[in-house]
Amino acid sequence: MDLDGVIVFKGWNLKGGLNLEGHKDLSRQYSIINTAIPNELIYPLVDRSGNVQTALVKAGERVLKGQVIAGSKGVQGTLLHAASSGLVKENEWRMIAHPSGLKSECLIIATDGLDECCPVDEPVDYTQLSAADICEKVHQAGIVGLGGAGFPTAVKITPNNVRTIDTLIINGVECEPYITCDDRLMQQYPSEILLGIQVLLRALAIENCVIGIEEDMPEAIEAIQKAIECSGFNQIQVKVVPAVYPAGGERQLIYQLTGRETPNQGFPADVGVVCQNVGTVMAVYQAIVKGQVLIERVVTVTGMGINKPQNMWARIGTPIKDLVSQCGGYNGPIERLIMGGLMMGFSLPDDDVGITKATNCILVATSKEVTKSSEAEMQPCIRCGECALACPVNLLPQQIYWHSQGGAHQKCQSFGLFDCIECGCCDVVCPSHIPLVQYLRASKSKVFLKRREDEAAMLAKQRFERRDTRKAQEKVAQEQRIRLKKLALVKLQKESASSPVKMQDKS
Amino acid sequence: MLWICLLFAILGVILGYAAFRFKVEGEPLVVEIEALLPQTQCGQCSFPGCKPYAEAIAQGKADINQCPPGGEVGVKALADLLGLDAKPLDESFGIEKEKKVAVIVEADCIGCTLCIQACPVDAILGAAKYMHTVIASECTGCDLCVEPCPVDCIVMSPIKPSVLNWQWPEPIQNRH
Ligand code: SF4
Ligand code: SF4
Ligand code: SF4
Ligand code: SF4
Repeated sequence: MDLDGVIVFKGWNLKGGLNLEGHKDLSRQYSIINTAIPNELIYPLVDRSGNVQTALVKAGERVLKGQVIAGSKGVQGTLLHAASSGLVKENEWRMIAHPSGLKSECLIIATDGLDECCPVDEPVDYTQLSAADICEKVHQAGIVGLGGAGFPTAVKITPNNVRTIDTLIINGVECEPYITCDDRLMQQYPSEILLGIQVLLRALAIENCVIGIEEDMPEAIEAIQKAIECSGFNQIQVKVVPAVYPAGGERQLIYQLTGRETPNQGFPADVGVVCQNVGTVMAVYQAIVKGQVLIERVVTVTGMGINKPQNMWARIGTPIKDLVSQCGGYNGPIERLIMGGLMMGFSLPDDDVGITKATNCILVATSKEVTKSSEAEMQPCIRCGECALACPVNLLPQQIYWHSQGGAHQKCQSFGLFDCIECGCCDVVCPSHIPLVQYLRASKSKVFLKRREDEAAMLAKQRFERRDTRKAQEKVAQEQRIRLKKLALVKLQKESASSPVKMQDKS
Repeated sequence: MLWICLLFAILGVILGYAAFRFKVEGEPLVVEIEALLPQTQCGQCSFPGCKPYAEAIAQGKADINQCPPGGEVGVKALADLLGLDAKPLDESFGIEKEKKVAVIVEADCIGCTLCIQACPVDAILGAAKYMHTVIASECTGCDLCVEPCPVDCIVMSPIKPSVLNWQWPEPIQNRH
């Protein structure tokens, strides 16, 4: 491989992290395949972060591919588009892509197999578009971060007066084991990705861009490098980072590539950086250069429990079972069906769940790959400190675990609970098999719940007080009314006493 | 008629001014105690709301274990604040129950507005002779609307688990 002009990091300059077995060869060498139109497309009306999507189409309505079918409100609102043509069914409660395994209301399209498209925008020359135009188009195309977090991309690239951005970082580090969708994208679509980057640079009005790629993705590095040479976009730099998990964590990558430290619970923008995942850049290319909205993404379907692991262009909303059947079906008994990666993903109890924009991987794991719940063998903490050594964000997981067990969730916060990126490194190394991340997540949940309850209590208090004031005012007004009436009556009586004739006339 | 309107307007202004001019700063201790109460405003503590109970505690007229919605956790928090020993909830005021929300069976509602008048936190919407609805997110589950309803169309239903209120569970603890 020709590595001229590519900056290679000799060492891992972050504390912690793990060298994990990649298992990437299961899927990385096969081209991304197209998938068949599923019979049903399933769209949850709430996303993983709890944003509610409002359906914009009615049951019985025919929708076309690319038509807006739902949207969420607010500055961070996003749009959802139909991935194929068909009839909208009555909303149903279905299991959704969520760690709870609970059912939630879903919008369902019964596809008609015609795949009839909405009229699309004429492709435009992106160099003629203003930054505002690009942001608006990115929003209209329903693009969110495809790396997993699902944050609306338009919000990230809309300029704001508070923070100045000078660097665009493209995250091509797929540090989680098994996942190869970004690797394949870079191998197969390098020039498209570069164009997507140009569009983003234009929107941000900056020149500086660094693509971070993991060292064990030589084909992707070469493909991107070649494309840069051919296109002449020389301001785009490729930097190779060591294959250490979690090198692809946003803050970890920014530090690795620029030496800048994102403040705790701050944003990359605080250090002048916008970070985008390779898949998101591809979606931006498709939206701006091709005029296509986001209705499909690359998903790695892999694991020893599947017959033919590979990457596939899957329509958002496609049930997992449809993808599995196009990969030759299950291969023997399955231990866990995981959405996302081995480390950060979550198990699903069923395969009749629609994939979302954030689904990068379906891992069909056998008992050889994942152990059964390790809780059975959990031992007391021996204070060995391994977990703290492995933690990439410098936390003391054993301390947080200790306080969370005692129910002192507020105390956990002072030990940096909310800086934990839930990478799972501490879990893996703990000799006592303590499910540390799960304790930490439970603790976070508790803190969030407490905040929600406090907020609700405060509002209830305000409404109670308003009602009290209102009642007091009503009482005063009522008394006043009675007094006035009495006064009037007395006056009337006086008048009638002084002129009885008049009174008689009146009656 | 016009005069009455004018009079009320003037009265309003006077009231407003009085509220502003004679505003007393809430006693800091009462405020601190009140912040620990759940604001369900159910009156089970025998006071007409959380604030009156907070005032009674501050004046030593009520014990700290009279609020069932606050439960043991609430008693503990009050004990910590006041430097007292925690004690079990006084069950004569009620027992700690799972939080519920009121739901009006809309088909049965006759639009009498009695529940609206009973709700301490304005969580019910409706007008005379029209069907009423509970705004679930604003309902504190205080039960006060159930009793006044003449056609018994208000039920207290448990909060359904959903992806919006779901929490990561703690690992099952079966050590050794
Ligand atoms: S899961 Fe959290 S505490 Fe554990 S290693 Fe990762 S960041 Fe550190
Ligand atoms: S690695 Fe496990 S046993 Fe060691 S200190 Fe951390 S929690 Fe305790
Ligand atoms: S019992 Fe508790 S929640 Fe109910 S009014 Fe009294 S202090 Fe408030
Ligand atoms: S709706 Fe009923 S239960 Fe809910 S807060 Fe109002 S009165 Fe209480």
